[in-house]
Amino acid sequence: MSVRVVLHSPSGSRSFLERGLLLLVMLIFLEGTVLTLGAASSPDISAQDNTGGHDHRGIAGSHDHTNYTYTKKAFPVLSLDYHHIQVPFEISLWVLLASLMKLGFHLIPRLSSIVPESCLLIVVGLLVGGLIKLAGEEVPPVLDSNLFFLCLLPPIILDAGYFLPIRPFMENIGTILMFAVVGTLWNAFFVGGLLYAVCQIEGTYLSQVELLPCLLFGSIISAVDPVAVLAVFEEIHINELLHILVFGESLLNDAVTVVLYHLFEEYSGAGEVTPMDVVLGVICFLIVSLGGIAVGAIYGILAAFTSRFTSHTRVIEPLFMFVYSYMAYLSAEMFHLSGIMALIACGAVMRPYVEANISHKSHTTVKYFLKMWSSVSETLIFIFLGVATVAGPHAWNWTFVSVTVILCLVSRVIGVVGLTFIINKFRIVKLTTKDQFIVAYGGLRGAIAFSLGYLLDKDLFPMRTMFLTAIITEIFFTVFVQGMTIKPLVDLLAVKKKQEAKRSINEEIHTQFLDHLLTGIEDICGHYGHHHWKDKLNRFNKKYIKKCLIAGERYKEPQLIAFYHKMEFKQAIELVESGGGVKLPSAVPSQVSMQNIQPKKLPPPVAERALPQFTKGREEEIRKILRSNLQKTRQRLRSYNRHTLVADPFEDGWNDFLLKKQRLIELEKKMSNYLTVPGAIPDSPTMCRARLASDPNAFYNIKASSDGVPTIQVDLASPQSPDSVNMLNEEGREGADRDEDQGLMMKPAGKGEKGEEEGGNKNPGLMRCLSDPGPSNEDEEDEPFLP
Amino acid sequence: MIWCAAVLPNTNTNSMNRWFSCFLFNIVTPAHIVRLYDRFEALDKEKTGHLRPQDFGAINRLAMNPIGDRIIGAFFSPGQETVDFHSFVRILAHFRPADKKRPKDPSMPEPVNSRTSKLKFAFQLYDQDKDGKISRAELLQVLRSMLEMQVTEEQLESIADRTIQEADLDKDDAISFEEFRKSLEKVNIDHKMSIRFLR
Repeated sequence: MSVRVVLHSPSGSRSFLERGLLLLVMLIFLEGTVLTLGAASSPDISAQDNTGGHDHRGIAGSHDHTNYTYTKKAFPVLSLDYHHIQVPFEISLWVLLASLMKLGFHLIPRLSSIVPESCLLIVVGLLVGGLIKLAGEEVPPVLDSNLFFLCLLPPIILDAGYFLPIRPFMENIGTILMFAVVGTLWNAFFVGGLLYAVCQIEGTYLSQVELLPCLLFGSIISAVDPVAVLAVFEEIHINELLHILVFGESLLNDAVTVVLYHLFEEYSGAGEVTPMDVVLGVICFLIVSLGGIAVGAIYGILAAFTSRFTSHTRVIEPLFMFVYSYMAYLSAEMFHLSGIMALIACGAVMRPYVEANISHKSHTTVKYFLKMWSSVSETLIFIFLGVATVAGPHAWNWTFVSVTVILCLVSRVIGVVGLTFIINKFRIVKLTTKDQFIVAYGGLRGAIAFSLGYLLDKDLFPMRTMFLTAIITEIFFTVFVQGMTIKPLVDLLAVKKKQEAKRSINEEIHTQFLDHLLTGIEDICGHYGHHHWKDKLNRFNKKYIKKCLIAGERYKEPQLIAFYHKMEFKQAIELVESGGGVKLPSAVPSQVSMQNIQPKKLPPPVAERALPQFTKGREEEIRKILRSNLQKTRQRLRSYNRHTLVADPFEDGWNDFLLKKQRLIELEKKMSNYLTVPGAIPDSPTMCRARLASDPNAFYNIKASSDGVPTIQVDLASPQSPDSVNMLNEEGREGADRDEDQGLMMKPAGKGEKGEEEGGNKNPGLMRCLSDPGPSNEDEEDEPFLP
Repeated sequence: MIWCAAVLPNTNTNSMNRWFSCFLFNIVTPAHIVRLYDRFEALDKEKTGHLRPQDFGAINRLAMNPIGDRIIGAFFSPGQETVDFHSFVRILAHFRPADKKRPKDPSMPEPVNSRTSKLKFAFQLYDQDKDGKISRAELLQVLRSMLEMQVTEEQLESIADRTIQEADLDKDDAISFEEFRKSLEKVNIDHKMSIRFLR
């Protein structure tokens, strides 16, 4: 997933000289990097002991290991021991190189608009490899299959799986599966078979290539690569349907590729494949794909379940998600199941539940970490592709390579057209010719194919180098030629682009309404269609699963309300960032958004900071009392600093406010006995996100005791004073409304005491929410994650 | 234009004549009609040739649907107590996928399954008093039924206010059909409001 790094450099102010200097600096750095990398890769005898055998534990004195008679040398105040840190240093250098490259491309905006980033990165890789070779060093085998499959690929796939738009994916799942399974099979056999036929032709000197290796080669090269597709499609902003079709296909064909690869690899030694093997292959395919999904789903549920209990240790919440997902991948790979499908399943399953449970900051962390890792991974992969190309070894054979390239294209086109013809009979919204063209043209190959080829055993497959050369050529062809031309073609063909705008609440409501309508119509027709099953799944989800996996009472929150809250918060954040302290325009919605959702009949345990309205005088009193406790609270806060995610100190106004609240909470705790402090009760998801993440104090909701089950509905608090200018008053009002959730009858002036203890706890939520700079407004966040 | 008269012996000739009315041409195929007729008969337990609201109510899953009663109401024209097969099919024909290749001929009436007609159908489900606008009260009713008593009244009201605020362009505190249509312009209505009859 290439995240666009937007460097706001208005072209006027940035002079050419500045840009040139920056580029020069980067190039010099690059050069230095390259030489170090090159030098580092070759076995280093020089780094050893001419520094006086200074071992890294810093033992003073001179221990000269080699020739030893007692020669007192001068105490080395500074020495070089590269060997000690070699490996991490190299890794860091590569990562740094990748990141700087990404940065650098945006200095030259014209170039990055013509050429997609992936191409530029491959070129950089070629340059780096070339430089290393020129420097006389041996190019390191960077695209080692282990490194690729275990370190570079998972972040990208996890990022893709976690943010996969479930709804369009599920709606088109039939089409996607057809393309992924049948399409890949067709490609593999077509390319493999025809290649074998070509190899048998006289005069190509290729007759030693047998059928099974050819088929193996076909299966390696036929799979559409998710990394390449992501990289290119990200930039062309194509409409959602096409994006999900090609992307979904690239993800799901992993199972087919794995099975075919293992099948042909196993039997290439034996030299033949019996029908029994074919049957076993089919069974293996089912096991690989379904098993992968099952493994992923199990880990996803585990992650969701774990996140239910993380309310006290918010800091490590994101870690759980990453670790569980990675373990899902590794577990699947352990059994030779499809690791990619496991990752996708894990991410997709855990997302709705985890998002309901974790705090806003953790959510942001997860999002940014995923994007960061996947971005760096992707960059590294393309650079390594370039380096690996230079590294060789290559065995160029004109016939083989050119036939491969041509056949891949032809088979892709035939496959897509043929499959669409069949698929369109079953689709409501048919795929047009333009769509078919884009799907066919978007079938890019990438690093997975190369790594699979790299894995081949040299002895079993003497033509391995030729295969590798052909694979690399095919990758280059698709990434460069197809990658570069797809954007102008999309514009030329006027293919529908992605719609950027955010969902409005109207759309949300009407879409849900239409869902219900269609479900009803389907029931009337007696037709068990798409909506029927979706509805059933939703009900099952609501009834059983959510109860287990979502902490507290949050599971009852309807999706619509969650969406609404999100919108309100975003608006609030935007407002504060732009206007700072200005009264929110429609105070009525903000009232609502601060409220928790309460089933009216339930006893109040789930209430959160419900606060009554209290007069300004009262407020002042409270503040006076609390100011005296300032010292203690500050100290207390400091002791927690390492483990709490405190609000950004730059937000000065809010910080004071926060401290005051802390004081209030402290005070309240000590205060009179009619306080009942219930256990940590989490709030509605959106409220949670507004809180300071790991501050334990935030969780002790202070509420007044209530007698029995409250049944009285509360009057709305006094209407907002039109002259209120600061947020403080807003909160006071909001607090009042919260009380009604407890069902208590609260009159604004009457419950002064209750107000006192609860007044402080006035919605730190909003403050913390506002102090968090928050994620950028991307539409993926707005998408309801439940189908 | 093959209307299988022979297959449907029970319908009276009146409705049969109406079969030939043009707006159903090419939208609902004969195979669909046969299937829908089977369904119609299954619902019509007393074999009267007409459906009454109770017959619809017998569908269990429809009772669980938050807007089930509205949908049932949509089948019955105002004032009528029963719905015959013709109207049944006509309403369901709204949910056929639109024919993209149909030339836009302004002289012909808008086909039942075009985007506009679909939207109009949905609009009428909101607009119970048929005044051409979705008022705040009507919107509240819909929200209430969809959100199934899980939210407080104030929340509903704020959501309704917000919704109207967003969609209402002429500031009359209600959503007209045009505003409704505009707010849904990004949604692929054809895809969302289509089902396959043949399964």
